[in-house]
Amino acid sequence: MTVTVLLFASYADALGTSAIQLDLPGGSTIRDVLGTLASMPGGHRLPPRPLVAINEQYATLQSELRGGEEVAVIPPVAGG
Amino acid sequence: MRIALVDREIDVAALIAEVSDHTCGASTVFLGCVRDVNDGRAVTAIEYSAYRSMAEREMAAIANEAQEAFGVSRLVIEHRLGTLALGEVSVAVVAAHPHRAPALDANRYAIEELKRRVPIWKLEHYVDGTREWVGAGTGKPQPGTSDPRQHGDSSSGDSSSSVDGHSTASRSDEVSAEVFP
Repeated sequence: MTVTVLLFASYADALGTSAIQLDLPGGSTIRDVLGTLASMPGGHRLPPRPLVAINEQYATLQSELRGGEEVAVIPPVAGG
Repeated sequence: MRIALVDREIDVAALIAEVSDHTCGASTVFLGCVRDVNDGRAVTAIEYSAYRSMAEREMAAIANEAQEAFGVSRLVIEHRLGTLALGEVSVAVVAAHPHRAPALDANRYAIEELKRRVPIWKLEHYVDGTREWVGAGTGKPQPGTSDPRQHGDSSSGDSSSSVDGHSTASRSDEVSAEVFP
């Protein structure tokens, strides 16, 4: 299955891109997405437990994916 | 009730006019403005960016929660994106109600929740030409595009956000995946 991973701010800088398509085995979770990202160039700069969202809603590391989702890895927010 | 991300100046007077009418004995205004110093460093500008669709969704949710909790339906939240100069207004929350307590409470709720969970980021520009991403909750810079220093340094300094001076240190534990089940 495929998911679209969005990266923002410092995380986009770390991996040098703001969007990545990932092919993952069925039943993969957010934790698997983060593990894949961590193995990519610059991925070591992501924290082990960043905020994440699935289709614009905050999710947990255990959240399962079905394919087709938009997964956002969200740096500490700093609005205001 | 209205929320918006905008790419222009925030017109505060227009927002007050938008929420106020003759039933409202109280209007409250919160403005976040670009401050000249953060963590001891001289700031020249702040560049705001967002996960726009999710930010709008979260801002709308916050406005709905404020209405439910405080009965304040006359509420507008605008956050500006792009590069802002010192003193410019980055965020405005304006609430109106027949009585002051709900107007004050709804306003405070909205800005605190916005800072806690709306996916907006700021890239601070410093007087020495460097730029760094600022992390909410700690006020400390994170790895950025143009500065080789990594996070986790031992600098002390204040822990407030760079915009409105409210300390957010006690909220740092909220920035974790488990907070949002």
